[in-house]
Amino acid sequence: MSLDFKPDFSPGAFNDFFRDETFRNDFTYRNSPQNIRRFPFPFDRDDYMYSVNMEPHVPGRKGTAFEHILDVDEHYVAEMLDRAKVLDDDPLRCQSLPHMTLAGWDLLELIMEAKARDYPHWFSLTKNGNRWHWVNRPLGIEQTFTFLDESTLPYGPFEYITRQTQGDFSLQDERDNDLWMDAGMITSQADWSLDFDIGMSFMEWHAPVPLAHEKGVFDRALKFLLKLQHGAPVRRFNWTMTVNPLLDTAPETYPVWGPTKASLTPENLGRKQHLRVELQSLYRLPRSNAIAFDIRCYLASFDEIATVPKWARRLHRVVRDLPEELATYKGFIRNRPAMVEWLSKHDDGAPTLPGWWPDD
Amino acid sequence: MLTPVTPTIRSRPVYAPLEPKPGRLHLMVADGEGADALIDLLGKVNDRSQMLALAHVMYTPGPNGTDRSDALKALGVAQFFRAPTIPALLPRLIKVLADAYMGTQFYLAGTEGLIGQTEREIMATGFPVGAIQKEHRGSTVRRVQCVHCKGITESVATDPFKCSHCGLNLFVRDHYSRRIAAFQGVNIDAEDPGLVPEPVVKFT
Amino acid sequence: MSGGAKLQVVVDQVVPVNDLITRFRFVSRDGSPLPAFSGGAHTVVEMDDHGVRRLNPYSLMSDPEDRSGYEISVRRDDQGRGGSLFMHRHVKPGMEMTLSYPVNLFPLDSRAKKHLMISGGIGITPFLAQIAQLTHFGGRFELHYAARNRALGAYMDRLTSAHPDRVHCYFDEEKQAIDLNRILSNQPIGTHLYVCGPKGMINWVLATAEAMGWPRLALHHEEFLAPGTGLPFAVHLAASGKTITVGTTQSLLEAMEAAGVDAPYLCRGGACGQCETNVQKCDGTILHRDHWLSPEEHAEGRKIMPCVSRFEGKTLVIDR
Repeated sequence: MSLDFKPDFSPGAFNDFFRDETFRNDFTYRNSPQNIRRFPFPFDRDDYMYSVNMEPHVPGRKGTAFEHILDVDEHYVAEMLDRAKVLDDDPLRCQSLPHMTLAGWDLLELIMEAKARDYPHWFSLTKNGNRWHWVNRPLGIEQTFTFLDESTLPYGPFEYITRQTQGDFSLQDERDNDLWMDAGMITSQADWSLDFDIGMSFMEWHAPVPLAHEKGVFDRALKFLLKLQHGAPVRRFNWTMTVNPLLDTAPETYPVWGPTKASLTPENLGRKQHLRVELQSLYRLPRSNAIAFDIRCYLASFDEIATVPKWARRLHRVVRDLPEELATYKGFIRNRPAMVEWLSKHDDGAPTLPGWWPDD
Repeated sequence: MLTPVTPTIRSRPVYAPLEPKPGRLHLMVADGEGADALIDLLGKVNDRSQMLALAHVMYTPGPNGTDRSDALKALGVAQFFRAPTIPALLPRLIKVLADAYMGTQFYLAGTEGLIGQTEREIMATGFPVGAIQKEHRGSTVRRVQCVHCKGITESVATDPFKCSHCGLNLFVRDHYSRRIAAFQGVNIDAEDPGLVPEPVVKFT
Repeated sequence: MSGGAKLQVVVDQVVPVNDLITRFRFVSRDGSPLPAFSGGAHTVVEMDDHGVRRLNPYSLMSDPEDRSGYEISVRRDDQGRGGSLFMHRHVKPGMEMTLSYPVNLFPLDSRAKKHLMISGGIGITPFLAQIAQLTHFGGRFELHYAARNRALGAYMDRLTSAHPDRVHCYFDEEKQAIDLNRILSNQPIGTHLYVCGPKGMINWVLATAEAMGWPRLALHHEEFLAPGTGLPFAVHLAASGKTITVGTTQSLLEAMEAAGVDAPYLCRGGACGQCETNVQKCDGTILHRDHWLSPEEHAEGRKIMPCVSRFEGKTLVIDR
């Protein structure tokens, strides 16, 4: 048994919706014009500071990345192929401690039910008691299995379903009035190591983030999450910068991608410099009482962002005025001057309207 | 005296003086100068005979050679075991844990390497980590895991240092993993290969 | 943001188990499966008791994997505020009710080598669900269950026949008592202890375990404090701009809800912290009855838990 994808990129397949593109080597990743306007631009005002800023994770504005609980976009197939490559190179990017298998089943149920409900033309789930039949048309997968019986799937339930779902996932076990990061599928993280961090408590895992601890951001976040209820998921945003549309910016491979930060020039900056937005959603899981944390990553180049005038102005102001510690922690202090220089050409100084939608 | 440790980031472990607590077995594990913490612990008890009769001490010399076995043996604990090194001590600890009952108190003292590797075995039983007492004494040299090759370099004293497995130059973070019982080392010259600062002795 | 997501159910069965305890079974109104849950979870049952809105938490005792229905057992309390009486007297099959999604404030520790359960009376209910869960997914457990007599020992037969080696029952009237010292001496490292029952039993078990060297983090208990009764008092709600009076058998939380103020809650029993409210002005004494705030916070008097605590004095102004 294995999980072989049989994607179909032939002309006309899925109405040519899914892009055949790369997140490494030649970096052919691009957003279509429609997808640029769906981009979850994270700044609703001209400056930025950390906050917990949780809101209910409910279906939102149609035609945006918020329309469904789990967003499947034009990059779905290419992202899953890239994830499979990352895992081939380094299987330690997906781990689940032994007591987390039940939580893995909870997550599998959540994702399969959401996708079959919201994208019935691409995914289907039929249940006959605990005998389930799952079809993932974009990846060419068809699987009959017994829910709660690991021996009927090619991988543990957590790895099986996250190999088919955009976004990094971690599962937090609640015990000792704390949350412990005891499972993870982390192939597109912004520079932290799953293998090192797995098993850590909430504060330990978030320890390296500067400033936020002094402001009590994580104390409040932990208190809030301990009260998270099944049936009432929440979400928030995080962002950083990446050179090249590289999803896999893990510390493990830092010697490989680290040097590329020095490769920016004024000529290539617009194409190579990407704003990387994490749409983070959190769900209480029913049987395990664990919390699932989905870190869904969206990438847009500065060229693509500049096609939306409001975003171009705002991004310039945010990057220019960000405290130095934040820019350092987010890893782009070195290139900030060049980024600000480039962005300033797209900022005519006009006022920007509050909110993050492109038009209003 | 307790080895001072500057609390930096919240994954950096912090320690506290050992306090006697009620129990049916007092399991004490120490290396090097940690022996003094055990001696001080017993000094806090009014009637030591009861605690001594329920105490099992497991000890190994410290990374700088300090060996206080004689002082510990002289205490008169019910069981005393000396191992030459930490790896030689652990199999016995694992067996003791397999036979132990709830009501056992754990006291760990000495280097972070000793504390971390024994704490990990205790946690594996399902015992809550917050209830394990730990006092840092003696050497501050660190176990550091290279995030790139996953190899652990023992007794790291300088920052940066060379990974003893893959040879990369690594800077030492305060980010610590209990599961791995080590601090994290990250390649220091990734963005500018070859530009490595002079190693500074930071841990002794 | 009050109690979060809700389940629309209909009462499927009402079964008197003995003189004091009645079991209720709920199924979803539209026939869809109810959410699975984790053993130890409770649901908050909404009641319209002749114009008085009550929300009472009850542990889910049914098998968490049985999504066809939820079961709770309610012990009739003639001296109480009326919630259990309402359930016993007025809830009938076919009646439509609203439940909260399951909330778990008494979960099993997933890394525990063994689960040691001690229960008294109606406190058996969360363990029924937890034992069902452990039976499905594996895990060692041992249950000690005390009741006044055999008739009042609800579900003992069901448990002892399913798990003869692991369930031990004790009847007060037959002079059988849990030998706590012996039981607590025999548990392997990594065992976690869970106790649910009358307040006195909980205090006895926890104190004995701590004295024997068990760490607090391995001791878990659940006790739903009934909000209790007391003299009426007035409260000014600064954020809403309203002044309300809390009645004798009404909690401050219920009084706020009756006044249309949507205050957060989860357990409604003084344990979870969700309803924590800032006190802006206090000219009098706050009667803290919760298990959430620290002794320092109780003394400081700048916070109150409206689900169970009360006030006596001249003025209380809170941030709701």
